[in-house]
Amino acid sequence: MRTGVASAAAVSAWRLPCRVKMVVFLEQLVNGLTVGAVYSLVALGYTMVYGVMRLINFAHGDFFMLGSYLGYTMLVTVLAQSSLPLWAMLCLATLISMGAISLLGVLVERMAYRPLRKSSRLTAVVSALGVSIFLQNAAMLIWGARYQAYPPWSVPEVNWAPGGVHVSLMQLLIMGISLALMVGLYMFVQRTTVGAAIRATAIDHDTARLMGIDVDQIIRIIFVIGPGLGAIAGVLLGLYYRQIHFTVGWSYGLKAFTAAILGGIGNIPGAMVGGMLLGILEMLGAGYISAAWKDVFVFLILILLLIFRPTGILGERVAEKV
Amino acid sequence: MRLEFTKPASFIRAHSAWFIGALILAAAALPLFISDYWTDVCVFWGINVLLGLSLNIIVGEVGLFNMGQMAFFAIGSYTTAILSERFGVNLWLLIPISGLIAAGAGYILTGPIIHLRGDYLLMVTIGLNEMIRITLINNPFGLTGGPNGLIVLDQFRIFGHVIQRPIDFYYLVWAAVALLLFCLGRLQRSRVGRAWNYVREDPIAAEATGVNTRWAKTLAFTLGAGIAGAAGTIFATKMMVISPDSFTFMESVILFCIVILGGMGSIPGVILASGAMMVLPELLRNFAQYRMLLFGLAMVIMMIFRPQGLWPSRRWMTRLKEGGGE
Repeated sequence: MRTGVASAAAVSAWRLPCRVKMVVFLEQLVNGLTVGAVYSLVALGYTMVYGVMRLINFAHGDFFMLGSYLGYTMLVTVLAQSSLPLWAMLCLATLISMGAISLLGVLVERMAYRPLRKSSRLTAVVSALGVSIFLQNAAMLIWGARYQAYPPWSVPEVNWAPGGVHVSLMQLLIMGISLALMVGLYMFVQRTTVGAAIRATAIDHDTARLMGIDVDQIIRIIFVIGPGLGAIAGVLLGLYYRQIHFTVGWSYGLKAFTAAILGGIGNIPGAMVGGMLLGILEMLGAGYISAAWKDVFVFLILILLLIFRPTGILGERVAEKV
Repeated sequence: MRLEFTKPASFIRAHSAWFIGALILAAAALPLFISDYWTDVCVFWGINVLLGLSLNIIVGEVGLFNMGQMAFFAIGSYTTAILSERFGVNLWLLIPISGLIAAGAGYILTGPIIHLRGDYLLMVTIGLNEMIRITLINNPFGLTGGPNGLIVLDQFRIFGHVIQRPIDFYYLVWAAVALLLFCLGRLQRSRVGRAWNYVREDPIAAEATGVNTRWAKTLAFTLGAGIAGAAGTIFATKMMVISPDSFTFMESVILFCIVILGGMGSIPGVILASGAMMVLPELLRNFAQYRMLLFGLAMVIMMIFRPQGLWPSRRWMTRLKEGGGE
């Protein structure tokens, strides 16, 4: 929606004077970073699950989508009746959505993934697809097949234009919150004992178990953090684009997974870098080449990357053969 | 153990000619007893079987995770629509032409990615599917009609008889299925089929014994794409309007799941699973909106309790008994 407007302005950007060109470029950069921050948050969930379980959790995009819907429902029902200030409402909606989706994540892991941990990868992937289809259709049945819109009053409409570059408060919030969460997660994984246990489990389940690590518990933690971050990203995206649909899980999930591969799957800083990079590439592609083809660029990047550097930008692990 | 598994099957095999004959007769007589509506359901079932069989070559026989099969189906359908409407090419001719073009696309598109392993291949094929669908929506050179798609007005004619009623399509589609079943059955038992299964079970050992794995994989992909493309001609003619909506990633996922749920590499499994996918929801019309919800649930439950599929292929069962697996 917003990108459409921005890119319509940018299509003719080639002929504009130099200063305006710069402004258009910077605006697309800001748009790209905003979307990229959302991709990064979702990509973290993919990359953590893949890192620890070697499973593409296809349902992760749907956790993100459900998070968006739950935040919406909280805002328009319970919180709209309350007399809380807007920021408190938004925080509460995000927290409740995050908590609920984390719970759902743990539940899904327990019921659909744990029984399959010893079986082949394909089996688990198909189970993940099943969960994804189930959640998507559950969302459709609950909230309807139409687009739902976050109410206008829920979005703080504060805009700046330093030097002519339009930046909204929402964009800054999305970038700031994502960055804080990602740094926090990185610290958690690198500096705490639990984080060390997560890293150990990612390398080898059996050895980790021999070292006294409760692998089931670690995987449960992964499924609290990943879907929780996804839910936050969902609420943020809902507030940014205002419109949500039950299929955003697929479309954003696919791009977030691309971002995770771009940065090197299983690698937490990689997911952040990959997400940001993908967001920027997508928005610049939309602005300077064509908005209609932007998704084609995304997948073209994915394919080229997998052919030439399957380990991603930051991936150090040697690609597993066979 | 082995006897228990093979007993009923060997009985069928011993009298296979009778069983096949009876099955063909029953299938041929079926549309005379059911309404046009149900005949149509069976037509779409047949088209899904064609697609499922095409994907079964790639996923089931060789074990390549392809979640973008609808891309090749779309290429076949659009080739038909464009060549038929613009150049008036005969539809019968278009079946092989669409098949060849889709096979060519399969050959070219998968060339650089065929060596990718499991999950990575899965992602790339999803990407291919989306790229093709977006390309169709964006209407390059005014060829594909954008989001609205294209119309196919021409109809199949055979000895002056126009194929247009559901019952005509029923015979056309299921004749195609029968032909394909015959060919694939032969192929499965041939040197090529054994090479495919070998590559699926252990690519390194296959390579070591002289199977050219890259060749085997490329052949499977090209053949699967070609069959899907040829099925696209029948689909386009039946639908009369084709649009990018028919070829979404979701459709590819469902097709992928049909092959897995039926049992990897199992031909009867594909027929059974696509039948369950197409016919059961029609029987349970009150639950129509819960169809996909139940489908998702069924996938999870199947993977936990019966990962070998509804009707596992014999080679798969042998492997399970030997305690194999990944």
